[in-house]
Amino acid sequence: MTKMPRILFAGLLSTTMLTTAAFAAVVPAGTQLAEDQTFTYRVLDEHSSVDPQVVEDVSGSEIVRDLFEGLYNQDADGNLVPGVALSHTSNDDKTVFTFKLRPDAKWSNGDPVTAGDFVYAWQRLVDPELASPYQWFGEIMSIENVAEIIAGEKPITDLGVTAVDDTTLEVRLTSSLPHFPLMTTHASTFPSPEAVIAEFGADWTKPENIVSNGAYVLTEHKPNERSVRERNPMYWDNANTVIDKVVALVINDENVAFQRYEAGELDRTEIPSGQYPELKVSHPDEATVFPRLCSYYYNVNLRENGPEELKDARVRQALSLAIDRDIIVEKVTAGGQFPAYTFTPEATAGFSVPDVEAANMTQAERDAAAKALMAEAGYPDGFDAQLIYNTSEGHKKIAIAVSQMWKQKLGVNVELANQEWKTFLETRGNGDFDIARAGWCGDYNEASTFLDLVDSGSGYNDSAYNNPMVDDLLMQAKSADDRGPIYTKIEQIIADEVPIIPIYHYAGNYMLDTDLGGWPVNNVEQNWYSKDLYKIAE
Amino acid sequence: MLRYIARRLLVAVPTLLVLIIIAFFLMQTAPGGPFTSERPLPPQVLANIEARYGLDQPLLKQLWTYLVNIVTQLDFGPSYQYKDRSVNDIIAAGFPVTLTYGSISFLVASLVGIGLGVLAAIRHNTLLDYIAVGATFSAQALPNFVMAPILIFVFTLQLGWLPGGGWNDGQWQYLVMPVIALSTSYMASIARITRASMLEVMNSNFIRTARAKGLPDSAIIWRHALKPTLMPVVSYLGPAFVGMITGSVIIDIYFSTGGIGRGYVNSALNRDYSVMLGLTILYGALTILFNLVVDVIYAWLDPKIRY
Amino acid sequence: MHGSTRKSGIDRMALVSNTEQVDRIAEKLVEAEKIKGRSLWRDSMDRFLRNKAAVGAMIVLFLVVLFTIIGPYFAQWSNEEIDWDRMGNLAKVGAPSIENGHYFGLDTNSRDLYARTIQGIRTSLLVGVIGAVVAVVIGTLYGAVSGFVGGRIDNLMMRAVDILIAIPYMFVIILLMVIFERSFFMLFVGIGIVGWLDMSRIVRGQTLSLKNREFVEAAHAGGVGWFTIITRHIVPNLLGVVVVYATLLVPAMILTESFISFLGLGVQEPNTSLGALISEGAGTILYGTMWQLGFPLFFFLVIIISLFFIGDGLRDALDPKDR
Repeated sequence: MTKMPRILFAGLLSTTMLTTAAFAAVVPAGTQLAEDQTFTYRVLDEHSSVDPQVVEDVSGSEIVRDLFEGLYNQDADGNLVPGVALSHTSNDDKTVFTFKLRPDAKWSNGDPVTAGDFVYAWQRLVDPELASPYQWFGEIMSIENVAEIIAGEKPITDLGVTAVDDTTLEVRLTSSLPHFPLMTTHASTFPSPEAVIAEFGADWTKPENIVSNGAYVLTEHKPNERSVRERNPMYWDNANTVIDKVVALVINDENVAFQRYEAGELDRTEIPSGQYPELKVSHPDEATVFPRLCSYYYNVNLRENGPEELKDARVRQALSLAIDRDIIVEKVTAGGQFPAYTFTPEATAGFSVPDVEAANMTQAERDAAAKALMAEAGYPDGFDAQLIYNTSEGHKKIAIAVSQMWKQKLGVNVELANQEWKTFLETRGNGDFDIARAGWCGDYNEASTFLDLVDSGSGYNDSAYNNPMVDDLLMQAKSADDRGPIYTKIEQIIADEVPIIPIYHYAGNYMLDTDLGGWPVNNVEQNWYSKDLYKIAE
Repeated sequence: MLRYIARRLLVAVPTLLVLIIIAFFLMQTAPGGPFTSERPLPPQVLANIEARYGLDQPLLKQLWTYLVNIVTQLDFGPSYQYKDRSVNDIIAAGFPVTLTYGSISFLVASLVGIGLGVLAAIRHNTLLDYIAVGATFSAQALPNFVMAPILIFVFTLQLGWLPGGGWNDGQWQYLVMPVIALSTSYMASIARITRASMLEVMNSNFIRTARAKGLPDSAIIWRHALKPTLMPVVSYLGPAFVGMITGSVIIDIYFSTGGIGRGYVNSALNRDYSVMLGLTILYGALTILFNLVVDVIYAWLDPKIRY
Repeated sequence: MHGSTRKSGIDRMALVSNTEQVDRIAEKLVEAEKIKGRSLWRDSMDRFLRNKAAVGAMIVLFLVVLFTIIGPYFAQWSNEEIDWDRMGNLAKVGAPSIENGHYFGLDTNSRDLYARTIQGIRTSLLVGVIGAVVAVVIGTLYGAVSGFVGGRIDNLMMRAVDILIAIPYMFVIILLMVIFERSFFMLFVGIGIVGWLDMSRIVRGQTLSLKNREFVEAAHAGGVGWFTIITRHIVPNLLGVVVVYATLLVPAMILTESFISFLGLGVQEPNTSLGALISEGAGTILYGTMWQLGFPLFFFLVIIISLFFIGDGLRDALDPKDR
């Protein structure tokens, strides 16, 4: 199923008003900086790649954001600020964008960064030969001829990007995208050094070969152990970069990571699950939580082969009501999460959570309503069902709690089945389940990134929910001026029909050492840049 | 003996081949593939990726290409998960690590284990026996996934003597905890098998004769009892050694050493077929090699054994 | 005296020809046959029972099993019920206590550790013991045949073992889970398919030595068939090492089960096993909930120690040379 080009709409993020001041580490006046400006943090797993057009995971993107720089960056609040591009203009239709690049941007080997580097990179992104897993991002960007190039029908040189001259980049789109500049903070759009890639081929990202244009260069990489990046003196804003060296340590077990954090080996690690209440008290200046642009929910299988009982919306509502979300976020996950009665998180820009009935009841009232609904639907004594989740302590804890709630309150006997990741994806993707755990993070900071999931044509609609009215509303939202009411309506329908059972909205949580400054806690997409951090003398 | 070794090495090639074929087809049957992801890829994109890696070819052709690449260029293919690296890169980076701490652990486990076992046997049913055996209980009761966090807690957090993990090119501080955790896992078994075997040997006729001849204990043990005692021990040590140098997942996970044990499990979970196959071949080759070594040692330990 | 010899001869003749007395002698002979000869197995059993440590260990193990049967009657909570009130505050209120009915405290999901430990012991004992028995039987037979027959067949059988050792075990488990769905039986299959490999190598090694001994030669010469030689002569002499290795296998199987559960094949929630409980407990020692590791580990240790003494006792008892 091909993805239709999306028409993104601005939220509060204005894309035309950008200051041209340099944005790097904003060190408050009077702060004394530490001697050793090294930032060491923990990652759960080895990253997949540091090639900007190939990287597909979060830990890889973090590194790529430090090594390379795209047209625009984000500041601590998530607003667009100049990167390699100083400003842009667009035609009235918002189908042609022209970016003005700064003349002083350089690669780490001294070569200037030109518009041609962006053309090369974007052509490379959609090149079937490179076969990047992020080719589809090119389609989201709606650049001219993208689909044909990916299908191999046209050469990559037909892509709608041109270097008018060394400092001017022109992009032509097939549909109107006022939000196009938002997408240039994504790692896939970062430039890559053509000459280096030509010389070294697949080995170009090794520390001894790599050339990058960001604030840092990759100096060391021991797979599954650590990677190190150090200051790039050629970076145009190097004068404002404070951190000299960034070390990422791969530590798979969160408890071991926490021990090493306590021992002083790390400046940042995740709060071990369930420990936030204690750590909030014992380490008040270090335990940090902030809203994230992600939701945790359960898919209900609405396909033909799905369980009969779950086809009744009243049953699904009952299941949703019977979950005590306060207990889940306060006692089970205990990490500052937000109970969710609707799908899109509050933290999404330009979105306000609609008021649904369930959110305002007490749990006792919800339980009573749930029991009544079950009886009405004809299952006063409950029924059997199966809940699948991918192997993880966290998912297991939530599943245990929810299944016990359902059993005690409604008599619904849920069999818990964990599967390893790929098997789980296949099972869920094939619709071979009753109820399946799911999580979704927004690709960009606007509600449609969540609500598009309930579109019957969406490839991510694992519940196989099909409501023509919802599909219609989603279509309308794409071209409407005021999307708020439409989104509220959609969320209301979701709350009534319960194709997915929302559980909570994510909170990011970190233990941040007190000597680390500048962490962008307000950036819900958590696009952070090491050049914006600094270490304080203790 | 040399002809026997040569024969075994020749047989190793078809054995490996059978292993590769079985492993190759086994992998394909597991659900999901390297590119199954949370956000399913659009079909055209998936088609491009599969074409690039040759995954759209019929299976037999893929197997053939794979084998040819190995034989002609020693190229084990690209990793599907870690797109910047090839299987050769991954093994070259991870194997030395595992080999280092594995070999050291093996030496420690064997020497301590056999030593404890012999001590316990010759001082059967005395305090020494109980202490030695008690030590093996402690080692067994703390499986390595319990011992690892405890070690880190004590040595890194409380005492601050050792770094909490990492490898740093094998500096000794980074070796201590992995070696302790890994060797204790095997020490108990080695000690117990040695002890049981030695007890049997000490009761046999030729030992009785040696004693009757008036030989001192040390001579009895070293010259007469040790070799037959070691037979079952060596049978255990062979696979144990291979296990230690290829893969302790727990050690790699808890101590972030970057070894290939973790790589093995990860490649299975990520369906990174080429890495999985490469590591399977490595593991298979080492198993075959060291089982041969063990068989040769048998002949040395017991001169009556003929092949 | 002259007359006595002649008299005893006549007396002897008289004895033999006296049918009544002959009958009595015949009866006594028949009775003598009914007295059973003492078999070697009987000898071993006696020696085992005389070994106080081994018998003590058997009693302890029996007590553990008894605990799993009777224990549930004292349990105030089921093994799946969550104690909502105490949840989220485990370090302070989750400790073992008699008053609130959580004798062993709470586990990481705020469920009663007492009930869960009982259920875990049950599962793990079953898995461990049955798994070890299966591994021993298959491994011993396979290894003994391979070592005894020798030559090409030995080569073939051992190369097959080489291959089986090297096959990625995880895929086999995943496959089993996908084809057969998770079930307790599948768990045994999953564990059983690898448990016997190491054992077969050890047994084969021992057999290679044993088959050159004189008593085997004698049996050959006596015309005993090869399978009987293996079962009646070789295997009993192996039993010492086999038994000890078997007692080492049990804890290994208990731990392997927790690895398999990770892949989705093992025991499913809310059922648990000692391996899983130990694993969960080990992760939380930092946070002040020592009992979560302590109780399951204690029982694990008790099982290991008992098995050791039983194994040792068996080895002593079965060793034909230890008189």
